[in-house]
Amino acid sequence: MLMREGEVRIPSGCAISGMISLDGSKQNGEDIMKSIAVMHDRSNGLGGGFAAYGIYPEFKNFYAFHVFYDSRRAKDEAENFINEHFEIASMSVMPTKTIKEITNEPMIWRYFLKPLVYKVERTQVDEDEFVFRCVMSINTKIDGAYVFSSGKDMGSFKAVGYPEDVGRFYRLDEYEGYSWTAHGRYPTNTPGWWGGAHPFSVLDTSVVHNGEISSYDANRRSIEMFGYKCTLLTDTEAIAYIVDYLVRKQGMTHEDAAHVMAAPFWSTIENMNEEEKEYYTYIRNAYASLLVTGPFSIIVGYKGGLMALNDRLKLRSMVIGQKGNKAYMASEESAIRIIEPELDKIWAPLGGEPVIFNVKGGVE
Amino acid sequence: MKKVWVNEEWCLGCHLCEYNCAYANSGIDDMVKALKGKTINPRIRIEEGDSINFAVQCRHCDDPICVKSCISGALSKTDGLITIDQSKCVGCYTCVMACPYGCIMPSEEGPMQKCELCTKNGCEPACVKGCPNNAIVYEER
Amino acid sequence: MREFVSPQNFVPSDFEVVRNSDRCIACRVCERQCANEVHWYDSDLGKMISDETKCVNCHRCVSLCPTRALKIVKNNDTYRPSANWTGPVIDQLIRQSGTGGALLSSMGNPEKYPIYWDKMLINASQVTNPSIDPLREPMETRVFLGKKPDAIERDENGKVINNLDPQLKLDVPVMFSAMSYGAISYNAHKSLAMAAKELGTYYNTGEGGLHKDFYQYGPNTIVQVASGRFGVYKDYLEAGAAIEIKIGQGAKPGIGGHLPGQKVTVDVSQTRMIPMGSDAISPAPHHDIYSIEDLRQLVFTLKEATAYKKPVIVKVAAVHNVAAIASGIARGGADIIVIDGFRGGTGAAPTRIRDSVGIPIELALASVDQRLRDEGIRNHISLVVGGSIRNSADIVKAIALGADAVYIGTAALIALGCHQCRNCHGGKCNWGIATQRADLVKRLNPEIGAQRLVNLVTAWNNEIKEIMGGMGINSIESLRGNRLMLRGIGLTEKELEILGIKHAGE
Repeated sequence: MLMREGEVRIPSGCAISGMISLDGSKQNGEDIMKSIAVMHDRSNGLGGGFAAYGIYPEFKNFYAFHVFYDSRRAKDEAENFINEHFEIASMSVMPTKTIKEITNEPMIWRYFLKPLVYKVERTQVDEDEFVFRCVMSINTKIDGAYVFSSGKDMGSFKAVGYPEDVGRFYRLDEYEGYSWTAHGRYPTNTPGWWGGAHPFSVLDTSVVHNGEISSYDANRRSIEMFGYKCTLLTDTEAIAYIVDYLVRKQGMTHEDAAHVMAAPFWSTIENMNEEEKEYYTYIRNAYASLLVTGPFSIIVGYKGGLMALNDRLKLRSMVIGQKGNKAYMASEESAIRIIEPELDKIWAPLGGEPVIFNVKGGVE
Repeated sequence: MKKVWVNEEWCLGCHLCEYNCAYANSGIDDMVKALKGKTINPRIRIEEGDSINFAVQCRHCDDPICVKSCISGALSKTDGLITIDQSKCVGCYTCVMACPYGCIMPSEEGPMQKCELCTKNGCEPACVKGCPNNAIVYEER
Repeated sequence: MREFVSPQNFVPSDFEVVRNSDRCIACRVCERQCANEVHWYDSDLGKMISDETKCVNCHRCVSLCPTRALKIVKNNDTYRPSANWTGPVIDQLIRQSGTGGALLSSMGNPEKYPIYWDKMLINASQVTNPSIDPLREPMETRVFLGKKPDAIERDENGKVINNLDPQLKLDVPVMFSAMSYGAISYNAHKSLAMAAKELGTYYNTGEGGLHKDFYQYGPNTIVQVASGRFGVYKDYLEAGAAIEIKIGQGAKPGIGGHLPGQKVTVDVSQTRMIPMGSDAISPAPHHDIYSIEDLRQLVFTLKEATAYKKPVIVKVAAVHNVAAIASGIARGGADIIVIDGFRGGTGAAPTRIRDSVGIPIELALASVDQRLRDEGIRNHISLVVGGSIRNSADIVKAIALGADAVYIGTAALIALGCHQCRNCHGGKCNWGIATQRADLVKRLNPEIGAQRLVNLVTAWNNEIKEIMGGMGINSIESLRGNRLMLRGIGLTEKELEILGIKHAGE
């Protein structure tokens, strides 16, 4: 019998795309769906998904949980847990559209939540960490329940299917966000599980990823020391946890985190000036276990920005385009040209060189 | 010019150099055939003491007394290398007496013999190649 | 002359010296090179004779014989065959009945226990992930050993502060393990020191102090503090790049060391700071460490003594509860832990202890690494393993199981000429390694020794790069603890569980 994702590690190739409005203006999901659809051949119908930021302005101070349930029992158990730990501002079935391309959907629910203050105080951690631990608890302890999105004013939407169909299924034309990422998946096996699709997100951080990292188990066993539990056995999950750990728990910038994951070679470091040399030597030594090797291109979404990053040998394609206040990043140039044929500039960043776009003036 | 030098610190007194020398100068391509049952007459000799050993062979002196003493012109120095033309040697033993290191001696056939750095044997000095502890080296100094 | 042995005490020699008289030219190299006096020339008979009862099979004569006239073969003299009362078992019984003493042995446990390295296979990339060619792309094997920080700190300008504790930088993931001056020769030590310097790694003084000539190699030296405290004083501690507290050794866990007085020459006595000719006996435990909290005190005593500028290493033998011990050591303030497996070598150990105490390094490593991760403290300490690392594949497997680097001892000695006769305790090492006899010591020319060590480790490092490239990994830190890169072959569920790997085909 085939094992479900999480019981077996499944390598996959993929397509990724992302876009952000640097002035914070919002647009609906039509463009990102168009972009990822161009790269149809880079996925095989076994997973697609999107992340969008700025989509829940009316609930922007609430953690938005998107949850898959396999059974009524799982839903009851998870909702009991949620009730014990959160104040529920709103809950509903995730709005979807029945289309013939997307089948076998689990129950999908959405909750807007605020952690119970006394519970947070009792655990002696901050609110984010409390929520993070609750998500870990649900995902590892409640069989058949899986929280696949848990940030504020953002959401992940994913399913088994081609990404453009997944977008239609989730009615993404009805959401408006300042940044969007998308993913089409090409796994080398047939898990057929919705949780395994990308993006993978934890709190506000979402990751779409193309590649197969050779450092996976070294990274997994390392990050699991810090309270993370890699339940999916996918690279994307490990990378999302690494970014969350470095940025949220270690207080790094996204750029620092990129230097940890795709560190320069020692031979490069040796030719740097003293200050840089000290910084990079320190980063590589202190966070050696979080170096990511093997081919990858990722787009990390976070509150107010996107970061594109390639592995240090640049073994996966990635191009960046810019037009006025809009920035684009994708596995293929065509995926950018389809939505913006006339770009101010377009370039392929070097391996290990992070490209970061933040909404000017930040996001509330 | 490269010469054979001895690092007495590393000489073990194993005498392998003597056997390799005798073999190399035998003209026979099998060591057993060349040396079995024979008393060897090598051009390099180990000097042994209580706790020190070292190999001695022609130093190829800058100002060679042996060449000066040779009455028949058999010994000559070319590009730093002292060679003997055995066809010219008359067996007067003057060179044997003149050499301060005792590095010239009669061959089995009669004429004198000495270390010629294996130049006539078509190889690098055999004593050096066979030394197990780099006690004899062939190098510029 | 053959010594007279009473019939009750006679045991057949282990080996036969076979001389091809057609090839022997009676050059007597074998005679001159054998410190055991196996060979001699009989002028009456006009040929070489040998007494195989003295032969330890060190292969010195075989290696130096210019006509390849010698070979040493196993003596096939036999007792009535039994799978239980085997020849060696009976021999040992006869010896002990004759002497009343404990059996003594050298080098690592030679018995037939499982070698887990040989039951693990390494992965390689195909299609989904490209392999990397180390001849064309950078391939990194540099390792830093030492405690890693829990969090980054920044100065008022937001610049990242280097808050690392002292670290050891290794250009290759291999160090030379502790072998004392006394157990091995001056020239062996010098070879190791020179090679460590050239390779950008470290050698280890062992418990015998540091010869005054070798202080110049201090930046590539790990100085050891063992239970006998031989040669330990301020300058010694300050000379090394790191300080290693030796609690135990794989070959003889739970017992101390014994350097016989005949090996305590003038130089050894000065280096160890003990009277010449006196037996150097290191106690079984450190008498100031009867528990883990005492170890912590010694760790910090040494750190205080060296102004917190040097990492402190704690070395323990792989014993049954090694994971818990390692956790205690990590919490005891050590920067690096060394685990020495039961096949680790020694200059002398009681045979029964060497052959029956301790556990395989592979299992110890796997459980220690996992335990430290379960406790969330793997980052607080680096993990070095030794105890029979035989080749570069063993190193790759060790690192994939979770080691930061490895120690090699026996392999390094073999590079220096050791042929594993396992008679170090006899003090007559024909290769100039495990001896203090001046005429034998000079047989090891450190120029040659160092070059051979450099050759060996360089070759291994290149092989490691090749194997890593095959896996699509271009930096060794991405291999560390990457157990998905390993599969077991012919292992039980329990063994796989302890090693934390899947079976081949899974």
